[in-house]
Amino acid sequence: MDIQVRVWRQQDSSDKGRMESYDVKDISPDASFLEMLDVLNEKLILDGDDPIAFDHDCREGICGACSMVIDGVAHGPEKATTACQLHMRHFKDGDKIDVEPWRAAAFPVIKDLVVNRGNLDKIIAAGGYITAPTGAAPEAHATPVPKKDADLAFEAATCIGCGACVAACPNGSAMLFTAAKVAHLGLMPQGQPERDTRVLDMLQAQDDAGFGGCTNMGECSQVCPKGIPLTLIGRLNSDYRKALRKQL
Amino acid sequence: MAVTGFLLVAFLYVHMIGNLKIFFGEETFDHYAHWLRSIGTPLLPEAWYLYIQRTVLTVAVIGHIVAAVILTRRARQARPVKYAHRPKVQGSYAARTMRWGGVIVLLFVIYHILDLTTLTLNPHGVTGEVYRNVAEDFAPSRWYVTLFYTLSIVAVGFHLRHGLWSAVRTLGLQSPRGEVYARATALVLSVVLVVGYLSVPFAVLVGLVD
Repeated sequence: MDIQVRVWRQQDSSDKGRMESYDVKDISPDASFLEMLDVLNEKLILDGDDPIAFDHDCREGICGACSMVIDGVAHGPEKATTACQLHMRHFKDGDKIDVEPWRAAAFPVIKDLVVNRGNLDKIIAAGGYITAPTGAAPEAHATPVPKKDADLAFEAATCIGCGACVAACPNGSAMLFTAAKVAHLGLMPQGQPERDTRVLDMLQAQDDAGFGGCTNMGECSQVCPKGIPLTLIGRLNSDYRKALRKQL
Repeated sequence: MAVTGFLLVAFLYVHMIGNLKIFFGEETFDHYAHWLRSIGTPLLPEAWYLYIQRTVLTVAVIGHIVAAVILTRRARQARPVKYAHRPKVQGSYAARTMRWGGVIVLLFVIYHILDLTTLTLNPHGVTGEVYRNVAEDFAPSRWYVTLFYTLSIVAVGFHLRHGLWSAVRTLGLQSPRGEVYARATALVLSVVLVVGYLSVPFAVLVGLVD
């Protein structure tokens, strides 16, 4: 199939950046979106042009590295799919596809489609951990975890930190990411000692990093490749309220 | 946003129930309006309760606006470069129009106070003759007033449809079933409010109240 892609080209963080069009011919419908970009890049390299920079790692939908907004939707039009798992068969021959980086002040563009997501790490560093003694692992069955909590914690823990929630949020907020981390540790008995400081510190780190505020629009959950539920944001708010009250 | 919003919605409901007394006739309605001034007496001097409520509501409105402005400014700062390609936000129409809807509601509230509280813009404009003030205000010849009123009330309805359940979420609602109930309740409360408020001008328009 033949398509045309309009890709965001930006030399470095000081460059203003622009959309540029490229024709891509004879692409297999079974190629992934990233493979299509690989083919385009090979052509660009042979032509002596600068290839399009984009993030990728596992290419099996679990690492959270690929980060591109395809036709205005983070990770493209397919639900619960990362860009690497999006296949060209979901597009039509002759389609014009816009490809842009995550757009957020907290995710400065490094080059083309590559953004610096270090601010998500700052949120994690602020409280996304538990205090665990080193040495021999404790007996696993010594700490019972209700099945319901284990399931919900696991659902939250599937967050791969790709940043699509931020890219899709009309407010540029990282609330779903932070909520997933707060929930996945807060639901476990091991996560209780830091439960209050975790939510306070992680939200503070999120605000400090320049992410926007949450207005419950629900865009984040729609584009999340792991389908993290919006209800976790309510859980974060509840934890936040309780932690604030204990501070009084 | 959530706490001030709930306060304002509570007021909207009480205000709506008061409005519906217009269907019990001129005397009842005017008497009700007069009673509002005497709430709290003799513990409080005449009309004090009214001014206490007005102060609380004004503080709530200001708090609500300040929070909205902070959120809007943070949102703008958080995305300095816009997307070249942006399909319609998948969220509801109500969620997308919160900001401009809020501005329309604010302009309406200012007009509404000048119209029916201070009576500056009211065609009848006699203090105490509340029923006549309302009936003359929505007379068929003043269709543009009714039109603006209708648009504003519908804007309030949309604002609450997203605002109500969003507020419950902000205060910590987290169960999927609670989410379904909250969304349904928000929709029902918004529709009831819109119907309740619009029943008055349309009753004047069709001659039920005149």
